[in-house]
Amino acid sequence: MSTIFGIPAPALFGQILIGLINGSFYALLSLGLAVIFGLLRIINFAHGAQYMLGAFAAYLLLTYAGIGYWPSLILAPLLVGLLAVVIEKTMLSRLYGVDPLYGLLLTFGLALILEGLFRYWFGAAGQPYAAPQQLVGAYNLGFMFMPIYRGWVVIASLVVCIGTWLLIEKTRLGAYLRAATENATLVQAFGVNVPRLLTLTYGLGAALAAIAGVLAAPIYQVSPLMGTNIIIVVFAVVVVGGMGSILGAIITGYMLGVLEGLTKVFYPEASNIVIFVIMAIVLLVRPAGLFGREE
Amino acid sequence: MAVDTQYYAAQPRFRTSAVVFGVIAIAALLAAPFFFYPVLLMSMLCFALFACAFNLLIGYVGLLSFGHAAFFGGAAYFAAHAAKVWGWDPLGAVLLGAAGAAGMGLAIGFLAIRRQGIYFAMITLALSQMFAFICLQVPFTHGEDGIQGVPRGELLGLVDLNEPLAMYYFTLAIFLFGFFAIWRIVHSPFGNILKAIRENERRAISLGYRVDRYKLGAFVMSAALAGLAGGTKAIVFQFATLTDVQWQMSGEVILMTLLGGIGTMVGPAVGAALVVALQNYLAASNFPVTVLIGIIFVVCVLVFRRGIVGEILELARRRSKDAK
Repeated sequence: MSTIFGIPAPALFGQILIGLINGSFYALLSLGLAVIFGLLRIINFAHGAQYMLGAFAAYLLLTYAGIGYWPSLILAPLLVGLLAVVIEKTMLSRLYGVDPLYGLLLTFGLALILEGLFRYWFGAAGQPYAAPQQLVGAYNLGFMFMPIYRGWVVIASLVVCIGTWLLIEKTRLGAYLRAATENATLVQAFGVNVPRLLTLTYGLGAALAAIAGVLAAPIYQVSPLMGTNIIIVVFAVVVVGGMGSILGAIITGYMLGVLEGLTKVFYPEASNIVIFVIMAIVLLVRPAGLFGREE
Repeated sequence: MAVDTQYYAAQPRFRTSAVVFGVIAIAALLAAPFFFYPVLLMSMLCFALFACAFNLLIGYVGLLSFGHAAFFGGAAYFAAHAAKVWGWDPLGAVLLGAAGAAGMGLAIGFLAIRRQGIYFAMITLALSQMFAFICLQVPFTHGEDGIQGVPRGELLGLVDLNEPLAMYYFTLAIFLFGFFAIWRIVHSPFGNILKAIRENERRAISLGYRVDRYKLGAFVMSAALAGLAGGTKAIVFQFATLTDVQWQMSGEVILMTLLGGIGTMVGPAVGAALVVALQNYLAASNFPVTVLIGIIFVVCVLVFRRGIVGEILELARRRSKDAK
C-alpha cells in the first residue's frame, strides 16, 4: 500500500474528502453570511438555525408528506427563505438605524428559540435521513473509494457558490445589490426599492443556509444542535477570510475545511481547534483577514 | 454599544440618592438569607458579579464580548482544582481563579481588540469555543464529568464555609468587593477615558490616548472580575463543569446585562437575579428554558433596549426635566 508522509494514501485522501465536504458547508454558510452582512450590516447568528431548519424541512417533508430529496432541495430553501422574509419584515427591519450589534443579539435570540423548540419536539438525538437512491453507492477512483453522495455534495455546493457569485457579479439584480451595499441612499434615489432589496437579500442568505442543510441531512443526522455547532466555526472562517469579498468567503471555506481534514490525519487531537488557531494567527499577521479590506 | 448612556454616569445630583439606595441594598442583602434559600441567593450573587464584570466592557467601552464564559468557567476550573487537588484555602482558590481568568483575558483580549464591532464579538466567541474544546480534552478538567466534590474548606483556617450562612456572607463579601471595584474603575480617570473611547474612538486617538492599551486593560479587568465570580461559584456549588465554559453561558450573561440595562451600575445585577430566579422557577416544569431566553432576547432588543434599570433611570430623568 502506498504511503504519503508515512500515512496510508487512502486514509489521507479520505480525510481530504471529508475536509472538502466540511469545506463545502463552510463555504455555503460563510457565503450566505457575507451576502447578508454586505447589505444589511448584520451578522446573522440565526444562520446556523436556518441551516438546521433546512435539514428539518427535508426530514419533515419526507416523513409527513412523502416528498423526497430532490423536491426538498428546492422546497426547503423556499420555506426557510419565506420564514426569513417574515423575520426581516417584522423584526430586523426595525433595527437598521441602531448599532449593528443589536442585529447580532436579535438573531442570537431567534437562534435560541428555533433550536430550543426543535429540541423540545425532537430531542437532542439526530434523526436519520437517507440519501436519494440515485446517489447511493461508491465509485472506485483507483486510489480510493468515493461515496457518490459525498462527491455530489462537493459538486452541488460548488455550483451553488458559483451561481450565487454570478448572480451578484453579473446580473442587473446583483448590480443593484452591490450598488446598495456601497451607497443605499443614492440607489434609493435612483428609484430602486431598497427595503425590498434588503428583504430579498436576507431571504436569499437564509435560503443558501437551508440548501446547505438539505445537502447535509444524509451525511450528518438531522439534529436540532447541528446549526450552532457549525456556525461558530463559520464565524471563525469569516474572520479569516474577511467579509469584503464573496469569492474570498468561498475560497476560505473550502481551504479551511481541507486543512481541518488534514489535521485529523496528522494530529487528530487538534482537529477541533485548528480553524480557531488559524484565525488567531491571521489576526496577528493580517487583522483585516485574507481577502478583507482594512476599514 | 451606542445606547445613549450619558445620563447613567454618576452625576452629583444623583449622589445622595445613590448612597441611600446603596445602604438599603446592602442591608437587604445582609438580611436576605433569613428570608430566602441561601443557595439560590448565592447563585444570584455569582451571576450578578459576572454580569457586572461583563457590563464593564459592553457598557463602558462599547465592546460586545461573546466569549465571557471562558473566563467564568475557566476560573471555576482553576479554583476547583486548587481547592480539591492542591487543598488550597477557599479564598486562595478563588483568587487563583481570578488571576487565571486575567491571564486568559490578556491572551484573548490581545487578539480580539485587533478588530472592532461585530468582528470583536465573533472573535471572542470563536476563541472561547476553542477554550471549551480544550477543556473537553485536557485531563485536569475531567471531561464530561467535570471536577466534582470540591471542598468548601475553612476560610483562612477560621470560618467553616460548610455553614450555609458563612458561605453566603463570604459570597456576598466577594460580590460587594467586585461591585465596588467596578464602581471605582468606572468613576476613575481611566473609566472616563474608556467612555471617551466608547463615544468616539478616533477622537480619543487624536487626543493622544493609546486606545488599544486602554481597551486591553479594561478587557483584562473584566475577565479577572468574571473569573472572581466563576471561582466563587465553583466553591459555592462544589463543582466545575463544561456548562460554564460553553457559548450558551456567554449568551446568558449578555441577556442578564441587556435585560437589566447595559451601561447602568446595578442593571446587570438586577438582570442576573431575574434570570437566575426564572431558571430556578422553570427547572421544575418541562418548559424549554432556551426558548424563553430567546424570547426575552428578542423582546429586549425590539422593545426596550435600555433594559429595566435603564428605562427607570430614563423615566426619572424625564420627570426631573419636566419638573424644572
